[in-house]
Amino acid sequence: MKQNGEIRIGIYICHCGSNIAGVIDIQKVRTYAETLPGVYIARDYKYMCSDPGQDLLRQDIADHGLNRIIVASCSPLLHEQTFRRAAESGGINPYFVQMVNIREHGTWVHTDGEYMTGKAMDMIRAAARRVFYHEALERKRVTVTPSVLVLGGGIAGIHAALTMANAGKQVYLVEREPSIGGHMAQFDKTFPTLDCAACILTPKMTAVRSHPNITLWTWAEVEKVEGFIGNYTVTIKRKPRYIREDLCVGCMECIEACVYKEGRFPDEFNLGLSKRKPIYIPFPQAVPPVPVVDAEHCIHLKTGRCKDICVEVCGERKAFDFDQKAEYLDIQVGAIVLATGFTTFDPANIQYYGYGKYQNVYTALELERLINASGPTGGKVVLPDGRMPQRVAIVHCVGSRNENYNRWCSKVCCMYSLKLAHLMQEKTNAEIFNFYIDMRAPGKGMEEFYNRVSSEGIHLVRGRIADVYPEILPTPDAPKDVVGRVVIQAEDTLIGRIRKIPVDMVILSTGLQPQDDADDVRRIFNISCSTGGFFLERHPKLAPVNTFTDGIFLAGACQGPKDIPDTVAQAGAAASEALSLIDAGFFELEPNTAYIQEDVCSGCKSCLPLCPYTAITYDVEKMKAAINEALCKGCGTCVASCPSGSIRQHLFEDDELLSEIRGLLEYA
Amino acid sequence: MQQSTPAAQEWRPRIIAFFCNWCTYTAADLAGVSRLKYAPNTRIVRVMCSGRIDPQFILDAFVHGADGVLIGGCHPGDCHYTEGNYKTLRRHHLLRRMLMDMGIDERRLRLEWISASEGDKVRDVINGMVTELQTMGPLALNDNMTRFDAELESDLDTYLVTLSTKEVEHA
Repeated sequence: MKQNGEIRIGIYICHCGSNIAGVIDIQKVRTYAETLPGVYIARDYKYMCSDPGQDLLRQDIADHGLNRIIVASCSPLLHEQTFRRAAESGGINPYFVQMVNIREHGTWVHTDGEYMTGKAMDMIRAAARRVFYHEALERKRVTVTPSVLVLGGGIAGIHAALTMANAGKQVYLVEREPSIGGHMAQFDKTFPTLDCAACILTPKMTAVRSHPNITLWTWAEVEKVEGFIGNYTVTIKRKPRYIREDLCVGCMECIEACVYKEGRFPDEFNLGLSKRKPIYIPFPQAVPPVPVVDAEHCIHLKTGRCKDICVEVCGERKAFDFDQKAEYLDIQVGAIVLATGFTTFDPANIQYYGYGKYQNVYTALELERLINASGPTGGKVVLPDGRMPQRVAIVHCVGSRNENYNRWCSKVCCMYSLKLAHLMQEKTNAEIFNFYIDMRAPGKGMEEFYNRVSSEGIHLVRGRIADVYPEILPTPDAPKDVVGRVVIQAEDTLIGRIRKIPVDMVILSTGLQPQDDADDVRRIFNISCSTGGFFLERHPKLAPVNTFTDGIFLAGACQGPKDIPDTVAQAGAAASEALSLIDAGFFELEPNTAYIQEDVCSGCKSCLPLCPYTAITYDVEKMKAAINEALCKGCGTCVASCPSGSIRQHLFEDDELLSEIRGLLEYA
Repeated sequence: MQQSTPAAQEWRPRIIAFFCNWCTYTAADLAGVSRLKYAPNTRIVRVMCSGRIDPQFILDAFVHGADGVLIGGCHPGDCHYTEGNYKTLRRHHLLRRMLMDMGIDERRLRLEWISASEGDKVRDVINGMVTELQTMGPLALNDNMTRFDAELESDLDTYLVTLSTKEVEHA
C-alpha cells in the first residue's frame, strides 16, 4: 500500500429518489458493501448530491476518520466535482473520491432488478479495490488570457460579444460574411410582438462596431485553433476584400460607379431574388459599411482590363487595394464562444413541393426578403409576373419532423408561419391557408399570438401536403413571365377529406438545420455534435452552453433550433460562463497527467512521437524521457505504450485500473 | 471468491468495456438518460482516452474471467486528444494476433467507434456482442491454462532436453 496508515473507506449509495432505489435492493447492496475489505462504513441516502447528502459525507469524514470515499450514484460526468468538493471541504484530498455509475450505466438501462443489484455490488467492489491505490493529488492552475473569441456575428454572437465587451473584456468577433447581422438581419418582423427586426438589431450592430473592446473582423474565418482552456491560439484568415477597411468611409460611390450599370449576379443576402454588382455591400445597414469585391466577377481582378472607375471615384481616399491577399492573424484568447448559427432546409430535396420547378413556390426566408421594406421589391409582395397573389398557401414542417429528412421539430416554423400569414394578409389582403401537422406555440406570448392570428380569418388546415402541381400547364405560346397557379393537395385530417386548393403562391416553412460546414467547425474546435449535427452541449439541462472542451461555449442555433429570445438568453449565458472563467483569472485542471518514473525509464524514446502535444522530450543528460505537465492533457496514450512501464498517469495508474478490472470480474 | 451477481441464473457472458471519457462513456450516459435498455452483462471501466488502454489490461481481464472485452473510442478524426484512437487501432491489430496465438477467439476482443451522440450504438454493440459471445460460450481461459500447464509439465523433461541439445548445437 502506498498510503501509510489504515485505509478507511466510506461507501455511500444514493437512492436518487426512485431512479436507483426503485430498481435495486439498496439494503442488500449496503449490507454487502459493509463486508468489503477496508470499508469502515456504508450508508445509503435518498439524494446524495443534496446538501444533507454531502453533509453526511463530511460529517462521517470528521467523525470516523474516513480517508476514502465511494459514492454509488450517477455518472461522474455529472457529479464527480460535487463529491470531490464535499470531500475536500470535509478535510480529505478530493482525489480520494471514486464514483460508481449505477444510474446511467445501471438502473436506467437494465430492468432486471435482481441482476442489477448484483451488478451494483460488482461495481462497488471494484471501486473499493481501486481506492486502495488512490493518491493525494493537486490540481494544476493555468492562467486565463483575459480575451474571448466569438465566432459568428448573428444575434447570438453580437449579444455575447457586447455582454463581454461591456464587462471590460477584449472580444474578437469573427464573421465570415461581409457584414454581421446573420439571419435576423434578413427578417422583416419578429414574432410574437411584430417588432421590426432591423429596428432592434441594427443599433446592436452599430454598438459592436463602435465598441472600444470589440475587434470586429468580417469576411474572415477561423483557420486553426491550438492550445487549451485559458490559452487558445486562434489563427484567423481574413479574406481579401480588395478594399481597405481603415480607409473606406462607406460613401458607396464606387458601387455606383462600377462599369456594370445594373446588378448582374445573384444577391446572396436577398437569396438571389435580386441582382448585385461585383462590388457590393450585402444590405444598406451592413456593419461595417464597407463594400466587398467579388473576385469571381470583378473585371479588374479577372482580366485586369477594366476602366477602374471605382478606383477613380474613390480618389484621394485610396481605399482600393486590388493586390490584397488573404491575411492570417494569430490571436490569444482565454475562451471561445461559438455562435455559428444555422442554415435552412433546402426544399428542393423534396420534389413534390415543386420548389425550383414552379416560380411561385417560395421559401419562408425568401418571403421575409420580399415582405421587407428594404428588400428587393421594396416590401411589395409580387409574383414574378408582377401580379399580387390572391390566394396563398403556407406549408409548415418542410423538411422537419420527417424521418427521411430532419427528424427534429425546428421550433420556430409554426410561429414564423403565423407571422408570415398575418403579414401577408396585411400586405396583400390575400386568402391564406396554413397547412400544419401540429400547431406548436411554446414560449412566452406565443399562444396569445396564435390566438390572435387564428382569429384574423386565416384558414388553418391540419394536414401534410402530398403534392403541388400546376393548375394550368402554360401553353407554349404563353408569355414567358406568366406564372400559372398551382394546386396544393393535402388531406384535411380534421374533416377527413382530401383537399385540392388552387393558389397563386406557395410559401414553404423550411426547418432549421446545422450549417453545411458544422462538421469542419466541430473538428477545428474539437467539440462534438449531437444527432442531426448541431453542436453538443455538455449536459442538456445543467450545462447547456458548455461543451466537453473546457473554455469553449455555445450560443444560439448552432446548438439547436431556437427563436430570437432563446438565442439571446443563451448568448448571455455563454457570455457569463466565459466571463466567470476570465474574471477568475485562472482555471484548475484535473491532475490526471502522465509522469515518468526515472529509475525505470530506459530512455528508449518510443514515447516521444506518440504525444500529440509534444509534452514529452528527451533529457540528453539523464538519458531519460521527461514530461512537461503543463502541456500534458492526460490522455494516457504514452502510458499504455511505454515498454518498461515507467510512464504512469495520475488517477489512472495501472494499479488502480487493474484492481478495478479484477474487482469487477470477481464474481462466481 | 465473493459472490454477488446471482449465480442461479443461466450463464451469461461477462464483458469488460473500456470506454473513453469523451465519446463512448458519454454515449453510454446518453443511453442511460434516454432509458435505452440493453443486456446487463457489461462492466464499464472509464479511461480518459482509448489510447490509455494498455493491452495488459485486456489480457488481465481475460485472465480474470472476462469472456469478452469491448473497447469504445471516438470515431477516427474525432479523438479529444487528436489521435489516441489511432494508436488504439494499431494496438488492437497487434493484440488480436497475439490473442489468436493464445487460443482466444479474436471476436472476443472488439473495438468500436462510438461518438457521444450514439447512445443507441452503445446498446446495439453491447447487445450484439452478448449474442455473439453466447453462441461462442465461456472463454474458460483458466481451464485452458491449467491444461497448458499440465501439458508443459509432462513434456518438460523432453522439452528441456531438446532445448539443451539445440543450445549445444548452436554453441
